[in-house]
Amino acid sequence: MARYEAIRDIMEHIDEELVICNIGFPSRELYEIDDRSKNFYMIGSMGLASSIGLGLALAKPSKNIVVIDGDGSLLMNMGSLVTVFANNPSNLTWIVIDNGAYGSTGNQDTYAQMIDLVDVAKGVGFKNSYDFNDINLKDVMHNENASFVVYRTEAGNSKAPIIDLDPITIKERFMKSI
Amino acid sequence: MDSTEAIYDGLKDAGIDFIVSVPCVNLSRLLDMIDEDPEITHIPVTREEEGIGICAGAYLGGKRTAILMQNSGLGNSINALKSLMELYEFPLIMIMSHRGTEGENICGQVPMGESTPRILEAMNFNFFKPGNPEEAYDDIRLAWELSEDEGKPVSILLEIKYW
Repeated sequence: MARYEAIRDIMEHIDEELVICNIGFPSRELYEIDDRSKNFYMIGSMGLASSIGLGLALAKPSKNIVVIDGDGSLLMNMGSLVTVFANNPSNLTWIVIDNGAYGSTGNQDTYAQMIDLVDVAKGVGFKNSYDFNDINLKDVMHNENASFVVYRTEAGNSKAPIIDLDPITIKERFMKSI
Repeated sequence: MDSTEAIYDGLKDAGIDFIVSVPCVNLSRLLDMIDEDPEITHIPVTREEEGIGICAGAYLGGKRTAILMQNSGLGNSINALKSLMELYEFPLIMIMSHRGTEGENICGQVPMGESTPRILEAMNFNFFKPGNPEEAYDDIRLAWELSEDEGKPVSILLEIKYW
């Protein structure tokens, strides 16, 4: 099982939640699986999915926000673990699809293979840090603290094409949908 | 007009209600003022690039955003400013304590300080260098609308002699 099936699995739990999706193949695959105006697809700025999700969660406390991130992107912005923990928006669920690889650039190994990201988040202080296999995502999305969820998969990309929406359209339809 | 109050008043009159920051000693009074303002959400961040992402998300949620930082933070944020803010046309006011300018006593600030205006020029980003509080107030008050019109961040460089 690779990322594509993980995203399909995650989206089966999504109704009205706002989704911020990591750059590259994750966004391409989400676009193919379940395009919706409530998805924000990142096209640049690797690493910042959780930061965008945090800003949105703080600005819109009445909305539930789900970030679909990757292990390589998390490693690029690990300070975000601390900032999300410190601000602890209960409406934010941060899912990291951990395939141990920089998937969009040719599946080079990441150092995430050598560490347990669930334990890393617990070490920072997250009360809710889970392996996806141990939880019901819907329950986790509605609990009292910010949540961190690791979805482990094999490496590999689908044949999902490049997203044919321009960035301004992605932004404007997302904002209208809120 | 007081140098710090001019910036605060400019941000308030621009309608800014969401600010991220990495501190500078020259911004410390301003950071205290925004912390005490119940109308402004203030989020200290670990690194400026992260702050740019947070501002993009807050704008998606309807906020008017600014970042407070040293000019060194510009170097830490360049890709996010281009590949997120300009790409999607997110407005943002960047208030930068411009270190390494006339009167600097820390040599480590000088190389980045000297290059900062040219980096902004190369990025094709509009920036202002107010010489006194009255100019700073006017530049900041109008910066949000300018940033929205241009679809990219607008910077205010506050040199050491400004304070």
